[in-house]
Amino acid sequence: MSSAVQRPASDPAAAWVRYTPGQRLLRFALYLVFVLAIVQSLRTIDVIPEFLYDAPAQMADLLNRMWPISWQSFPGSIQRALIETLHMATLGTILAVIMAVPVGLAAANNLTPNRVVNFLARLILVSSRSINSLVWALLFIAIFGPGPLAGTIAIAFRSIGFVGKLLGEAIEDAQPGPIEALTATGARTGSIIAYGYWPQIRPAFWSIVLLRWDINVRESAVLGLVGAGGIGMALNSAMDLFQWDKVSLILVLIFTIVIVAEVLITRARKALL
Amino acid sequence: MKAAVTAPDSKPFALSTRAKLGLALIVIYALFAATQLGFSWERFEAGMGHGARFLARMFPPSTERLDVLWKGIAESLEIAVLATTLGIFLALPLSLLGARNLMPVWATWPARTFVSLCRALHPVIVAIIFVKAVGFGALAGVLALTVASIGFIGKLFTESIEEISLKQVEAVRATGASFANVIIFAVLPQVFARFVGFSTYQLDSNLRNSTMVGIVGAGGIGGTLFSAFQRFDYDFVCTILITIIAIIMAGEVLAGIVRSILLDNVTLSEMLRRKGRADSTPRPIEDDA
Repeated sequence: MSSAVQRPASDPAAAWVRYTPGQRLLRFALYLVFVLAIVQSLRTIDVIPEFLYDAPAQMADLLNRMWPISWQSFPGSIQRALIETLHMATLGTILAVIMAVPVGLAAANNLTPNRVVNFLARLILVSSRSINSLVWALLFIAIFGPGPLAGTIAIAFRSIGFVGKLLGEAIEDAQPGPIEALTATGARTGSIIAYGYWPQIRPAFWSIVLLRWDINVRESAVLGLVGAGGIGMALNSAMDLFQWDKVSLILVLIFTIVIVAEVLITRARKALL
Repeated sequence: MKAAVTAPDSKPFALSTRAKLGLALIVIYALFAATQLGFSWERFEAGMGHGARFLARMFPPSTERLDVLWKGIAESLEIAVLATTLGIFLALPLSLLGARNLMPVWATWPARTFVSLCRALHPVIVAIIFVKAVGFGALAGVLALTVASIGFIGKLFTESIEEISLKQVEAVRATGASFANVIIFAVLPQVFARFVGFSTYQLDSNLRNSTMVGIVGAGGIGGTLFSAFQRFDYDFVCTILITIIAIIMAGEVLAGIVRSILLDNVTLSEMLRRKGRADSTPRPIEDDA
């Protein structure tokens, strides 16, 4: 920010100016672009007013149908779907870590000092993150057919970008001292990674994996909406059949596992770090 | 490591028993979960065959219905812009209310509960509820992503407000400033940089999520993508996916430019001189979807 302070040397009494005209112009241009984008979006977006007028009535109707929650439909298929969801999230995370570690290592410039390899690895990471997990699920349903296999692999592919990017950043932040010392002893790349980088990135690694598992629990709960297994499939069929009391049960269950997952990762982080 | 001293012939850096046990447990769990989910090698192999055919049908990407593509993309962009704007404007007062160093307990806990409630629900589930409430279309998408934005930036804003230095707050308060002036001149300048960082990140994240809410009927390119899947127009699917990736990459570059203008005060000539610059603002580690 120091460059922003402009004090004309010739005239000590001159008013203090925070920004140069060029900086101010750029800022105004930026704000103008924001406002234009917002105005343009407001003007062209499709809103059907008739639908908006009866929104309160529709909400009341929805809540009315959701109550009372149909607890008795929990044992059986919904319980199985819930456990399936947890398995999908966990297995997806394990697969993602296995696939993301090499990409993350290739994306870190200090470990892989090769611009082309870095760029390719980053491209993989960005593509993985740009495509939503629901879209990944659609792709894998087209390949493996509907079911938890497609969902698990979708979760794994979506997580590569997240795990790989953060892992790559953690590696780039590592202290070069121990690495240089190991290189000086003539250690192989494998040994340098295992004894130079790993001890430094271990806390980051575990928190990335735990965080991703938590996100994956949430994601796997909705993947079933497109047919990729888990509790989302039960949610989808309950909605298609207008069994709103069952829908509310499933929403409560999803909410519960999300909270439980969050509590678990907080505990695990304390134990591991 | 002790073993290496007593028995020189063993491997010096062998895995500890605990690490070995942990790895074994993970492998056993993975096998158990795979059987529970009904995975089998035949299915995987058949999938590989399908995958090859699927990829073959995706290329070359179709350029036939560019008008449909453009309409969906424009709607997605509109959803992202409006949801981010609404989300920021609603999250700002909520995070001021939720900051424990500025507000009494009776104000913080309702604000914090509301923000964490917004965070706990997946955007797609919120979108389903809004589709029922306000009907199919972009409005449901805007509302759903607004809720998600409140949950995400509300939490990060609150945390950064709680980390400010109270000395400046005290100094401004000592001049007899009103509460609003304390907020405007002592609190906000300290957190502005992080706010810009979080907001650009949220725009990026809403852009990605706006492609998804369409799958449940809440407007945007997601609906187009879903129907292309259902009609097996895989070449059009490929076009849509490439466009989405390109837009998100462009969005990251734009976010970098916004940050450099607002935070590093670059001028136009400086910006043209060095195009790529290292990201100096810390990005939130959390990726919401």
